[in-house]
Amino acid sequence: MAHGILSQILDYSSRANPYPLYEELRKTPVFHDGTGPYVISTYYDIQSLLHDPRLSSDARNLAATAGDPLAEGEDGEETALPPSFLKLDPPEHDRLRRMTNRPFGPPHSPHRVDGMRGGLKDIVTGLIDNLGDTENIDLVDQFAYPFPVTMICQLLGVPREDEPKFHVWADTLAASLDPDPDADPAERQRKTHDSRMELGMYLAGLIEQRRKDPGEDMLSQLAVGHGPDESMSTMELLSTAALLLIAGHETTVNLITNGMLTLLRNPDVLAKLRQEPGLAVPLVEELLRFEPPVQLLPQRTPLVDIEVGGITIPKGSSMWLILASGNRDPNRFENPDRFDPYRKDIQHLGLGSGIHSCFGAPLARLEAQLALTELARRLENPRLLEDPPPYRQNAVLRGPRHLRIACDGIRA
Amino acid sequence: MADTALDQLKRSGRVVVVGASLAGLRAAEVIREKGFAGSLTLIGDEPHEPYDRPPLSKQVLLGKADAERTLLPRRRDIDAEWRLGVAATGLDMAARTVKLADGEEVPYDRLLIATGVRARPWPNEAEGELGGVFTLRTREDGVGLARALNAGPRRVLVIGAGFTGSEIASACRERGLEVTVAERGNGPLVGALGGVIGAVAAELQRENGVDLRTGISVTALEGDSTGRVRAAHLSDGTTLECDVVVVGLGAQRNTEWLMGSGLGAGPRGIACDAGCRAFDLRGIVTDDIYVAGDVARSPHALFGYQFLSLEHWGNAVAQAETAAHNMMSESTDRRPHLWVPAFWSSQFGVNIKSVGVPSMGTEIMITQGSRAERRFTGVYGYQGRVIGAVTFDNGRWLQFYEKQIECTAPFPPPFTTVDRRPDGQRPIPADFPDPSVPTHGPTITLSGYSPADRRIATFTPAGH
Repeated sequence: MAHGILSQILDYSSRANPYPLYEELRKTPVFHDGTGPYVISTYYDIQSLLHDPRLSSDARNLAATAGDPLAEGEDGEETALPPSFLKLDPPEHDRLRRMTNRPFGPPHSPHRVDGMRGGLKDIVTGLIDNLGDTENIDLVDQFAYPFPVTMICQLLGVPREDEPKFHVWADTLAASLDPDPDADPAERQRKTHDSRMELGMYLAGLIEQRRKDPGEDMLSQLAVGHGPDESMSTMELLSTAALLLIAGHETTVNLITNGMLTLLRNPDVLAKLRQEPGLAVPLVEELLRFEPPVQLLPQRTPLVDIEVGGITIPKGSSMWLILASGNRDPNRFENPDRFDPYRKDIQHLGLGSGIHSCFGAPLARLEAQLALTELARRLENPRLLEDPPPYRQNAVLRGPRHLRIACDGIRA
Repeated sequence: MADTALDQLKRSGRVVVVGASLAGLRAAEVIREKGFAGSLTLIGDEPHEPYDRPPLSKQVLLGKADAERTLLPRRRDIDAEWRLGVAATGLDMAARTVKLADGEEVPYDRLLIATGVRARPWPNEAEGELGGVFTLRTREDGVGLARALNAGPRRVLVIGAGFTGSEIASACRERGLEVTVAERGNGPLVGALGGVIGAVAAELQRENGVDLRTGISVTALEGDSTGRVRAAHLSDGTTLECDVVVVGLGAQRNTEWLMGSGLGAGPRGIACDAGCRAFDLRGIVTDDIYVAGDVARSPHALFGYQFLSLEHWGNAVAQAETAAHNMMSESTDRRPHLWVPAFWSSQFGVNIKSVGVPSMGTEIMITQGSRAERRFTGVYGYQGRVIGAVTFDNGRWLQFYEKQIECTAPFPPPFTTVDRRPDGQRPIPADFPDPSVPTHGPTITLSGYSPADRRIATFTPAGH
């Protein structure tokens, strides 16, 4: 087994292609280098653990000695707001997620996401219309980033004119998940904390206003609260809103960017998508398998000693589940390193599984389907100007920081 | 390469599938998938192509789906000859023919029996024929009952609080109809899930406005002068006025047509081996007759090799696939059907799921959540091992418990879990009714003959 493989995965130089490292990792399905986390990399182990009620997502169950290099960057968060349902176990998790789901999805709001289709299309159209110099497009800054951010603002009910403020805080907070070895940790933590505070204050003001004058947006509906559960406390509401905001676009940016990068590397698939827009549905699923925006889930913690693949993992240990590795496990998928949108058996782990499976999945899927279909349809002869593109620092939320492309023109 | 019997069968053989519902259709698809190019005949007593039944007790009654439009999706073209609307009436194992109600005889080289179950009718035939009295199994039943509910009856009586009865009661309440449920056992779902869970289900029904009466049976139905039902007489001496009655007394296996054929078929189903090959009456396995779906009864290694009959949608699919695979394989390539029983139900806004064989369990432990909130996981124990599990609005954990059942994990589970509450600290008796006392029945039949049978009613010794 390769010593230091975890540092290699976290190392920026591996960002463009971490998959050979995952392949190496799968040779030791439960990897532990003595001090760090227990790393799980095969499909079936990850899939079982995501449904294992002995595994906690609550960092408070983590032993002080667990030694998780990814746990450090997030201290600032807990002091500002209570943990969001992403980092809670049932029953608290279930209660908060259920209340959040009421205005978002079935059974209470079955048409919410589908009803956004028209709005999504308009934003996509507007962004593509304004791509400007077709010889030098940065698809991240000009499209993949503004699209989901605009959308999540609309969904939550954040005024468009506040978007710039929103962007700055969101950027800083996303960066906090992104351990940068060169930055001063204290300075970074202060900035993160400040951003969270400012975001919290801003959302608190907005929520106050929505309580008095509720609209159709999710913040209003969460603030007013309906259903058998008590309504959320203000602090819970702030945590939830912040979670929806950050998770609601950070991952989609990468899904769209990874998607376009993959399509440009597979021009035959791009051509097929142009002729056959319905292909977008299976294509996005394959993308979630092939290049998942969330590469790994850190911070799972067994409540008791558990056995995985013959190895006992002690209670309180830190565990990482490498979703992106499970998605390329040859014991689960045939030719896993091949991008094949016609793949029939595609139960990927890209959106997780079990009670924490991606809350925003229906929206993320729709956004990616629309974005990729329209890009394929409208960009004339698109090509990559740089391959691999420069990636973001982040090993968890992995994706290109810029995706510079050129095309011969924009179709109507 | 030698031209084997299997090659010949695949090239030009005759496969007959009796039963044109979920299991029959899925099997036919797999048979073609395996390269069968011969003639394929599907026989069904209903006039329809295969349709899906779960919506009939749910969306259809709520007016959210049309009973006429629940055709099962096709996985592939099966190029079959359909004999719909004509029942199979007999089997000649020696001549390898199936007799049909219209007098015709259909020859086969391989036969798959997937005749399923039908609703157990109201025992008094005249009362059962009153207008407004329904069972719910077929599409016509679904259409008729949905129409009767649309007409806004003053009160619906559901007899039997198994899954179907409870789902019907739920649909009635959701539509704002007054509904009484009469159950002979001491709570809803007790046959399948036991009294502990039955108590939760009872509370759920009552909170949702169901007039639930347990420990009671309906002794007679009374019609008015126009032949429509107007009242029911109950065993406690009371009379209940009602204009719609739904008889939910469980199911009967469609095996009567096999009487005298020599096949090991009876009221509990058709016995078969783990590879879905039917047994004859003498306990000898056949090699050309296969069984799948609700009508099959096969031994299961995980549950002490008991012969299980399962009325589960997922079992019908999985067993049909296995049977079809084995029909088209050399003996060395056959595989066993070892599906872990699993079913779901949706009632009163709660999603109920189960795996394993809860009704084998003697104890239950609430390992996650709480019964009071009606979001929980209950694990069933049998002789120190985990044998089944049920979830109420907690289904995402079920996969874990299924693995526990598969690896015969110890009971009570020796570990803690997220969402463990005080009432989940120790196991309690699961409180299943005495199996010799009839209720609406579980969805799993555990062994060949119930303790109440006391004799093998259909056994006829070979002629010597």
